[in-house]
Amino acid sequence: MSSRQHFQTCLEQSGYIAEPSLAATLLLFTELRRPLLVEGEAGVGKTEIAKALAKLFDTQLIRLQCYEGLDTCTAVYEWNYQRQLLAIKIQEGEHLSIEQKERHIFSDSFLLKRPLLQAITQTTSPVLLVDEIDRADEEFEAYLLEILSDFQISIPELGTIKATSIPYVVLTSNGTRDLSDALRRRCLYHYVDYPEMDKELRIIQQHEARISQRLAGHVVAFVHALRQLDLRKKPGVAETLDWVSALLRMDIESLNADSELIAQTMVCLLKTKEDRNAVTPEVLVRLLADSV
Amino acid sequence: MSTEASLFNQATIGDILVTRLVEFVRLTRKNGFQVGIAEAIDAIKVAELCFEPMGLYWGLRALLCSKADDWRRFDQLFDSYWQFENSKRQVQSSSRPNGKLEQRSPKKFGIAADSLQVQLGDDSDAGDGSARGGACYQATHLQKDFRFLTTASDIEAMALLVQRLAYRMRRRLRRRWQIAHEGKRLQLRHTVRYSLSYGGTPLEPVYSQRRRKQPRLILFLDVSRSMNIYSYFFLRFAHGIISAFDDAHAFIYHTHLVSITDALREQSNEKLKEKLTAISAGWAGGTRIGDSLQYFNQQFGRKLLSRGTLFMVLSDGLDTGSPALLAEQLKIIKQRVRRLIWLNPLLGREGYQPLAGGMVAALPLLDVFAPAFNLETLAALESVLIKI
Repeated sequence: MSSRQHFQTCLEQSGYIAEPSLAATLLLFTELRRPLLVEGEAGVGKTEIAKALAKLFDTQLIRLQCYEGLDTCTAVYEWNYQRQLLAIKIQEGEHLSIEQKERHIFSDSFLLKRPLLQAITQTTSPVLLVDEIDRADEEFEAYLLEILSDFQISIPELGTIKATSIPYVVLTSNGTRDLSDALRRRCLYHYVDYPEMDKELRIIQQHEARISQRLAGHVVAFVHALRQLDLRKKPGVAETLDWVSALLRMDIESLNADSELIAQTMVCLLKTKEDRNAVTPEVLVRLLADSV
Repeated sequence: MSTEASLFNQATIGDILVTRLVEFVRLTRKNGFQVGIAEAIDAIKVAELCFEPMGLYWGLRALLCSKADDWRRFDQLFDSYWQFENSKRQVQSSSRPNGKLEQRSPKKFGIAADSLQVQLGDDSDAGDGSARGGACYQATHLQKDFRFLTTASDIEAMALLVQRLAYRMRRRLRRRWQIAHEGKRLQLRHTVRYSLSYGGTPLEPVYSQRRRKQPRLILFLDVSRSMNIYSYFFLRFAHGIISAFDDAHAFIYHTHLVSITDALREQSNEKLKEKLTAISAGWAGGTRIGDSLQYFNQQFGRKLLSRGTLFMVLSDGLDTGSPALLAEQLKIIKQRVRRLIWLNPLLGREGYQPLAGGMVAALPLLDVFAPAFNLETLAALESVLIKI
């Protein structure tokens, strides 16, 4: 068994079913210690990769969810102002010089560590998940790039903090905004596509042990057919799993069943009004007939 | 090339393979991949770690690709360089068990050095460690009139720049808002910092202001015959604007009006083209600006026009409809929006005077009347947007 196959099996035991190419990429990722940029449609399991890695390495997962307007205060560090103000009041009676006072209130115990600072000050390498990096501003992206190359953070009042351990960095992106070439160049890259039939089948079976082989097969065929349509938001793996749960919950054992009943479960797969209109009852019946 | 290759430790893999790898990294660089020396060094490591026949392929793909587009082109490059026959088919079947993958012989990696199929091209620029050629290209294109672009590649390059320009506009706008320092909310961070000099009493409060809301943008694109040369660039500009601004809407008109906002939200270029083709019936025909505006006011006016709105018309003003109707409808819009902007690609051309009936009727109502025939003139829009 090659090291890649071994790694793939380990990943599977951690709850992530990866195709060989992804397993090979992840193996490289652990060897080269470059950040990994994962792109793909929403709901194909990008975030799950980081979770599985954390489980596999038996280490902490530190997650930084990006959004527009994300700044250093929420991403890197922040001073605990309330405590600082209190400390200043307490110090009033003491005869300390201004420098001593300042050193005290800007010491480590007043520092609130946010995800990025947390990630580089662990004793063992954590997995740092920077989720949806494309949602953050360009300025933040540039800052992140600096941290990812130096693994040190400067805090004006405290000095430079060097990394005690280099985190495994996983970045995900949905393509809301184009990322800078510099960031892309630093990273290993993997594009996660919608899974092939057999992979999706295995994912379903892993998550829902109760489902019959036959229904699972039909579900996968149906979802794949649905993705062929020109939908605004194609259902991802997460949606498939939701749908499976819904089917099981409603005791639908076969897609041959009443199509009106199944139409009610479409809320799990179709997430916009346009898509709901596009999949008319006739289309649904046709898709169901094709997939069983 | 040999200098680059000799940088590497060749203890574990052969000379030929190192050379081949370095050459391959360069080939990808020539093909627009963002790779440099650091990637070449890591490519050697990938080969050293190479755990199975497909490992090199997977490893190099992860290392050298940096966007979805690279990902799609990589197979072809890899196959043509390393000379796998029919390997495209094998790659596609990669996730099926018992596929043909294992037939890719590991021996093949090193031996094809003398029969290179893909031309490496001129090597003169090699070794700079990066593949960035944007800046100069942009400078020469800045002042070029869109109508003088002839080759397909020129047009595509320009269209891309136009689209990027729209992105950049947003970035500038946002940076401006971020540094605003006065406002309603107390900013504790600086307040505490400044309170030090008063022994901890916050005598000098510091405020921060909320980001200002981006203005709503409405683009009104003329795609009639007289605008034929410019329509494509304006569409790409609109595409950039739509993806960069949260609240932007685009319409095209010739003899009637069509909303293309949804179509432009499409990320992939092929699909975008498909959708635009589908709605482009009747393009490059006559122009009836007045009627189109009237239709807009009836259908969308109530929903889209507000005090924070920027209404932008991109047209040459050559109209077959009635100028009176145009003036009347523009007046309605003008009353309800922040700024009314008219961009005319003919303006600034030698000997051009805005004398066409429609243009004469519209002129007194416009807040901004500006040329738009090259990148520079489009970029000048930014300052207008900032003032809003």
